[in-house]
Parts: sequence; C-alpha cells; structure tokens
Amino acid sequence: MTRIDVLKTYKLFINGAFPRGESGRVYEVKDAQGKFLANPCQASRKDLREAVVAARTAQSGWVGATAYLRGQILYRASEMMQARKSEFVDALVAAEGKSKKAADDEVLAAIDTWVWYAGWSDKISTIAGSTNQVSGPYYNFTIPEAVGVVTIFADSKSTLLSLVSSIGAVISTGNTCVVIASEKSPLTAITLAEVLATSDLPAGVVNILTGKSAELVSWVGSHMDIDAVDVSGLSKKSEADVRLAGADNLKRVHRFTEIKSSQRILSFVENKTVWHPIGV
Amino acid sequence: MTKFEYAPAPESTTIVDIKSEYGLFINGKFVAAKGGKTFLTINPATEKTLAKISYASNSDVDKAVAAATDAFKKVWSKTSPSERGKYLYRIARILQERAREFAVLESMDNGKPIKETRDVDIPLAAAHFFYHAGWADKLDHAGLGLNAKPHGVVGQIIPWNFPLLMLSWKIAPALATGNTVVLKPAETTPLTALLFAEVCQQAGLPEGVVNIITGDGATGAYLVNHPGIAKIAFTGSTEVGKGIARAISGTSKALTLELGGKGANIVYDDAAIDEAVEGIVSGIFFNQGHVCCAGSRLLLQENVAEEVTEKLKKRMALIRVGDPLDKNTDLGAINSKAQLEKIQELSAAGDAEGAQRWSPECVLPGTGFWFKPTIFSGVTQAHRIAQEEIFGPVLSIITFRTPQEAIEKANNTPFGLSAGIWTDKGSKILWSAQRLKAGVIWANTFNKFDPASPFGGYKESGWGREGGRHGLSAYVKVAK
Repeated sequence: MTRIDVLKTYKLFINGAFPRGESGRVYEVKDAQGKFLANPCQASRKDLREAVVAARTAQSGWVGATAYLRGQILYRASEMMQARKSEFVDALVAAEGKSKKAADDEVLAAIDTWVWYAGWSDKISTIAGSTNQVSGPYYNFTIPEAVGVVTIFADSKSTLLSLVSSIGAVISTGNTCVVIASEKSPLTAITLAEVLATSDLPAGVVNILTGKSAELVSWVGSHMDIDAVDVSGLSKKSEADVRLAGADNLKRVHRFTEIKSSQRILSFVENKTVWHPIGV
Repeated sequence: MTKFEYAPAPESTTIVDIKSEYGLFINGKFVAAKGGKTFLTINPATEKTLAKISYASNSDVDKAVAAATDAFKKVWSKTSPSERGKYLYRIARILQERAREFAVLESMDNGKPIKETRDVDIPLAAAHFFYHAGWADKLDHAGLGLNAKPHGVVGQIIPWNFPLLMLSWKIAPALATGNTVVLKPAETTPLTALLFAEVCQQAGLPEGVVNIITGDGATGAYLVNHPGIAKIAFTGSTEVGKGIARAISGTSKALTLELGGKGANIVYDDAAIDEAVEGIVSGIFFNQGHVCCAGSRLLLQENVAEEVTEKLKKRMALIRVGDPLDKNTDLGAINSKAQLEKIQELSAAGDAEGAQRWSPECVLPGTGFWFKPTIFSGVTQAHRIAQEEIFGPVLSIITFRTPQEAIEKANNTPFGLSAGIWTDKGSKILWSAQRLKAGVIWANTFNKFDPASPFGGYKESGWGREGGRHGLSAYVKVAK
C-alpha cells in the first residue's frame, strides 16, 4: 500500500506566528502541471493591518539592535536555508516547473544573497554616511537610518531569489516589512517564513501575506503607517496605483531588478544630518 | 540709565536697477510672453509695485522645455565635466561680485532684512555654486551608484522664502551633474531669479542650459506635467508636493520634494539657557519664520520652562521689527498679504483653542504686511498651532518632564524636517539625535546651512536631500 503523504497547511506569517487569514478565505494554487498544490490564505485588509501593526511594533527594537546583531541574524537565515536546501529545490521544481538545475542554482544564489546582505548591516553607514566639511566651527555628519515599515510586493519571476534580495536589503538596516507573496507562486514565501521563524529574527520584523495582490494594492497604497513600498512584483499599472494613493503620506516607492544591489538598501534609508558647534 | 536708540541705517537702493518690465528667460534671451499677459511683483514692506512680470503661457513653457532639451542634447551633454564645473565657478564668482545688488533686490522683493540677505542668502547661494562646481568632474568618485547618468531636462519650482538661495540649491547640483533646467521662481519673488538670468549671460553659459519662466501655480502645474521633463525638483508646501506626486504617479519622472515642517526645538534642563534662548530666537524669528525647518515648536523641560520663557520674553523685546533695508532690522515684512492672513488665522485658532498669546510691545509700520514676534504658551499636542505649519514668526511652547516624553512629542507630527537639541550633556545629544525622526538636527545651534551639508526631510517633509554628496543623487539615474 502506498503511504499517504502528510501535506502542509500554508498559513500567513504575522508577528512571528502562523495564523490563518481572519476572513477564512483561501485560494487554490496549482503546480506547473495544473495539479492541485495547496489552499493558501487569501489575506484581507484586516490581515494587512495586523501585519503592519506587528511590523511597526517590532521596528524600534529591530533598529535599536546593534548592526552586528542584525548581521548575525541575517547570516543565521542563510544557515537555516542551507539546511533546508533540498526542500526549497523540490518546491521550485514542483510548484514552478523549474528544472532541477535551475532550482538548485536559484536556491544557492538565494542563500548567498542572505550572506551578502548580512554583511551590509554594519557597513552601510560607512558607504552612505559622511562627515561634511561645512564652512564654520561645526562638526557635521550624515548617517543613513531605516525609513521604518516597508511593504514588499514580491517579484513573481524568481520567487525565492528576488524575495530574499528584497527582504535582506530592507531589514539589514533596521526596517521591518510586510511581504505580499507572489500571487501565483506563494508557497516558497511561506516556506521562507519557516526559515525566518527559526533564525532568531524577532517577531514582527518580517511578516508574510499570501493572497490577491490586486486586492491588496489599494490598501497598501492608502495605509498611513506604511513608509515605503518595493513594487518590484507589481505591474506598471499597479505601481501607479500605489504611487497615487501613497502620495497621501508620501510613501517612498521603488522598483528593482538587480539582486545584489546597494541601491536596494539605500532606497529604504533616510539620511539624517546632525550639527554641533566646536568650541571650549 | 539713558537708553540709546538706534538711528535709521537704511541700505541704499541705488545699486539695483529694476526694470519696469521683465520678459521670460528662454534659450539665453529675454523674450516677451506669448499673449503678453503680465502680473506685478510688489515690495511687501511698502506695497509699492516693483516691476511688471511676464506670465508664461503654456506655449512659452513648451519653448523653454524645447530649449532645454536642445541644449541638453547638443551642447551640455557634450561639454566635458570639468568645463561644466568651470561655468559653475564663473557663476559663483559673478554672484560674489554682484552680491550687494542681489542682497538689496532680494530684500526689496521678499521683505526680509538686508542683514540676512547680505550675510546669509547671497553668500550661501554663491557657496552652493562654488561647492557644486567642484563636484562636476568628480562624480565618478562620489559613490552615487553604478553608471550614474543625468536625467536630461529638469523642471524646478522654488518658493518665495529664500528666492535666490533656493534657486542655487536647485540649479547648481542640476548643472554639475549634467542636466539642463527650466526653473519657475515663486510668483511673489521673481526678481533675483531674473537677475540670475543676467549672471548666466555674463558667465557665457550656453543658451538653453538654464531657462527661467515666471508665472503662478498653473504655470508650475503645466511644467510638472510636461512630457519633456525627466525629473522634477520642488520646494514648497506639503499640500502642493503631494499634488505633484499624484500628478506624476503614472509616469517614469523622478521627483524630489522639500516640503513643510513643524520642527521641535528641545531644551533640556541642563542646557546653557542663555545660549538656548538665542537659538530659540534664531530658530523661529529668522526670516520672519518663513522657514520650512523653523523651530516652531519649543519643547521646554518643565523645571526650566518658566525661566526660559521669561528670558525669551526679555530677548524678544529687543527684536527690531521694521524696514527690511535698515541694517539694524531683525524682523522684516511678511512676504505677502495671503501669508499674513494665514498667520493671523492660525494665531486666532491658537487663541480660540485656549493657548496664551504674548508679543512684545512694538510699533509696526503703517503700510506693508507685518506680524509681531509672537509666542503661545500652554499649547497642547492637539492644538492646530502645534500641528500645522504657520510659516511665520509664531512659536508654540509645549512642556515635557522626561527625555522620553520630549522625543515622543517631538516626533508626534507627520512632518520630519528639522529638530533642535539643547543640553550640555554629549551623550544626551546623541541619544536624542538618534531618536528624532528628522532629516536635519541642530544640537546647541539652530538654522545653520551649508552646501556641504545634506538637507531634507523624513516622512511628509519630502523626498531626497539637497546639498552634500547625498544631494547629487537627486540629479542622476543609476542602475537599481
């Protein structure tokens, strides 16, 4: 008799826990051959709000942690992912129809991308900060600081690699985030949440929602406690919608294509300049 | 004891030669606006007309954008970076040479004291050109990102509070990075921008690299929506800034914004009180409080609140309000009737909501737009005068007990442009600076500006920085 596999129920990842969506809605996700794979949650506006509250609450602690600690936690994520490498490869092959080789390459690149962004946490202010030679007896310096809460619309082209790149860049400097997983291929994102849940990452730093991005776009755009949005996974039309609604609180909206890019980090920092007189 | 009065010390206006009528500066020449529509610019201290200004029609804006596009493609993008830099050095030098003329003209058109135009606005404007001139041929070393390139034609819209200085903040980095410019000065203060056009001519700047069009909000809106513009830089109100962000939301235009503020100036109980009082005064009364980064909310630690307020009142009694051209004037005219009415309206809201108003005795001139230096005590976080930008010489005083409470109150605003910290304890400065959500923080000083120092806001105070290495990023495209 063939054994019946134990299938995983895919849930949301909010504030370090895996709740079901509050609305009880799910949608069907199929594999590359069109076979049923899973019923992930279709997150609602309320789920988004809960996730933003979790991200906002976690932000002061996360940005207040030392950059060394943040770097170690990002590195820890790479360790956890390395340990679960085959699970990710199988998932990319089954769910997205990638070849074994392509899936293997993507997972290894994703692991290395964690390592890359881990190393940035305590170097970004060296690269992006400055002391400024003003014309007068003042000490004047500029430092980059996390912008706050960032929503990430994950790119659906490489569901794992670009997702890791988006999250790694955003959280390395002390931002927290709410990720809207690829609508078509959301399962890798939830598996990634399981990695993050075991990487010493404080609850709420990364929150992951699955669902219909078209439905969530307007709620993200108009949410007044979201500071910035990575729209890499959205169409130009949806990006324009986020920009239009996002103007209400001047959200910083950016799109990326490069994977390992300091611009991804610099787009989600604010530069703070401090003056102090020099004298006795 | 005998009190010595100041004798009048007016700056002579013979150094300026104001024409009765000004054209638009397009493609290196002054041209009349199509249709011949004009508007007047007045001296806000006397309400007398200074000059008739051309109102740019849509087709004039088209011409200016076309000239800038042509200049970008045919000339400026082919000019070597070091040669670009040399034009900027020339402009800086000419601004220095003609500094007195610019200072007097600015004071007449804007209403701000000659002391400030002479010592702050004009020297800083020249410094901005000098600073950015040096960047022009060093951009590859600036760490701006991979393959940094200019945007092309940049549309720039500037406010009336620091007319020439804001022009220099916009034009200097744009030209240094290889862009060409269409700039619209504010409706009430166009004269120094038009005089700057003459400086471009004297510097031999290639035609069309800088174009200056005068008009109002509708002119600016047409410029923002113009398909020939690749990037917009705007300084002004948060409301208009958000409108621009909405207007371009469906385009690939780049945008930087320097918008409003409601800066908190925090005085801890261990501060050097006399120095803090000087900082409070310069924080809110500099430039009639027409400063986006003004320290318009004074946060006083409760146990020194009374002492600081009393000293502040004594100091305010010495502020000399009046003729902007008098070298002893501290507080000049409010820039326009509309702005005066806004200040009056918000101050009335302060009275109505229960805050206590105080101003020193002072005689205001009979004509022109004036407002006494004013403080409100007993202000709560919910009051309109604690939340809305007044953009005038009006200070709201709020108290706090603990440093944590100070930070919480300081950050309790959608704005995030500036903040001040007064304490003798270094670690408290750094602790506070780390927690304040503001782009510029002045510790034991206030309202200091420098081209090498990045300026710009968090949250609804804007996007991007101006000045310093960071400011260059606003004017280049990089791979992301």
